[in-house]
Amino acid sequence: MALLTRTAGALHRRPRLRLALLLTAPLLWLAVLYLGSLAVLFVSAFWTTDSFTSEVVKVWSTDNFHELFTTPVYRQVIVRSVGVALAVTALCVVIAFPVAFYTARVARAKWRPLLVVAILTPLWASYLVKVYAWRLILSEGGLADWMLKPFGLSGPGFGLPAAVLTLTYLWLPYMILPIHTALEQLPANLLDASADLGARTWRTFRSVVLPMVLPSVAAGSIFTFSLSLGDYITVQIVGGKTQLIGNLVYSNIELNLPMAAALGTVPVVVIVLYLLAMRRTGALSSL
Amino acid sequence: MQLSRSARIALRVAAGLGFAVIYVPLLLVLVNSLNPDRSASWPPPRLTLHWWSVAWQNSGARAALWTSVKAGLGATAIALVLGTLIAFAVARHRFFGRGAISFVVVLPIALPGIVTGIALNSAFGTVLEPLGVGLGLFTVIVGHATFCIVVVFNNVVARLRRTSGSYEEAAMDLGADTFRAFVDVTFPLVRSALLAGGLLAFALSFDEIVVTTFTAGPGIETLPIWIFNNMTRPQQAPVVNVVAAVLVLLSAVPIYVAQRLSADTASGSRV
Repeated sequence: MALLTRTAGALHRRPRLRLALLLTAPLLWLAVLYLGSLAVLFVSAFWTTDSFTSEVVKVWSTDNFHELFTTPVYRQVIVRSVGVALAVTALCVVIAFPVAFYTARVARAKWRPLLVVAILTPLWASYLVKVYAWRLILSEGGLADWMLKPFGLSGPGFGLPAAVLTLTYLWLPYMILPIHTALEQLPANLLDASADLGARTWRTFRSVVLPMVLPSVAAGSIFTFSLSLGDYITVQIVGGKTQLIGNLVYSNIELNLPMAAALGTVPVVVIVLYLLAMRRTGALSSL
Repeated sequence: MQLSRSARIALRVAAGLGFAVIYVPLLLVLVNSLNPDRSASWPPPRLTLHWWSVAWQNSGARAALWTSVKAGLGATAIALVLGTLIAFAVARHRFFGRGAISFVVVLPIALPGIVTGIALNSAFGTVLEPLGVGLGLFTVIVGHATFCIVVVFNNVVARLRRTSGSYEEAAMDLGADTFRAFVDVTFPLVRSALLAGGLLAFALSFDEIVVTTFTAGPGIETLPIWIFNNMTRPQQAPVVNVVAAVLVLLSAVPIYVAQRLSADTASGSRV
């Protein structure tokens, strides 16, 4: 007991010691284990693989990156992946806006908390189950085919459109929520002022609402963009033969880890660039 | 902004469609678990509970569920300790590199799972293998804990920022030592934040598939890995359907707990 009291006193008098005790374990975990592993991975992107033995040759070279930018297949896949991430983001904005506008400004105030829960609920449902649901919907003779049959059409089947659709579904709540919050916090007197100055609904929307909501759209897009760019499971399940960056990384791990590491740097660099671009819109402070 | 009557109706319809798109796939999973056929063709010819009893006896799915629970509990425990430590350091101290720490904490969840996965995989390979330790449940827990720290940290640091250190100072002025002040004052203040963070951490770990793929040893199969491995086997489709339906139903539990917690948080913030 006396020891405990003495320790408490010592800790109280030495804030630096307290800080050191607080930070040692987490820093060992995050800085040494995690950042260390990441650093080794990125260094290994500059190593090569012996094509006969599949063994990693630890000699510095930029061959992997050279191959990355000159092989047409790699370039196509990179462009396709960024395109998919942008398409998913655009689709999410288009779907999220009316939904958020309804939940934030049209629905009765007493229903709003419940609607927010309704937006959040799918986020708790398993990622894999949601992808599986779309596999069921898009499979031959599934719900999509059944719904389109009366119009003489059939569903898109498994492929790139299916992957874009499923990814949009997965990340949609991440876009609805920030837009909902921004629209809800929009001061009513600004809208009134705009109307008093003679602006009609559409003009008010374009000149007042949109600029104020844009940082939140950017914040949501950080999730939709980066989550889509790193994904390879969804594409494996509903994408048919489609390949994205993640699939290329995955298929290189066994035989050519340095190449996989080089490919893995691509989404990381693109995401960092995207974050920097979005920071200009003030999105990071509204996260 | 005065919305015209037609604009309001259009927004209602659009929102209705939006919510339908969000919920129809989840409902489909529930209905499909009652489908007697092995194919996913719509509509199901009739409904049956047969596959639910078959799934209940499926040893693979049960073992995978148990593995997932163990991994989730282990990762949550580690994340709670580490996340809370960092939160206290960041909220109650000023030091060089404080901003960098908040950034490093987010990194494991911000980077694509496959990058974190292969980084940890090759690190485990080089460090653990010479020691005679292979990949197993332990490495899954380490991997999951790494990206779970951030949710605990976020919850606890937000709580600590709202409650200033003056409560602890008051307790100490009244004669409590550092430990006493923590047990009697600080811990009750952050308890619900810890619960919320722990709940999120467990949910994240329970749902994770990519990092798991690269950190699990042979024979370690979490529930998402089991679903993924069995998804394309027509023979297993009905059991996968039931497991998927169970997971959809289970997602109501955290929502309920989160609602209770936010009520608790609201009452706690009056302190």
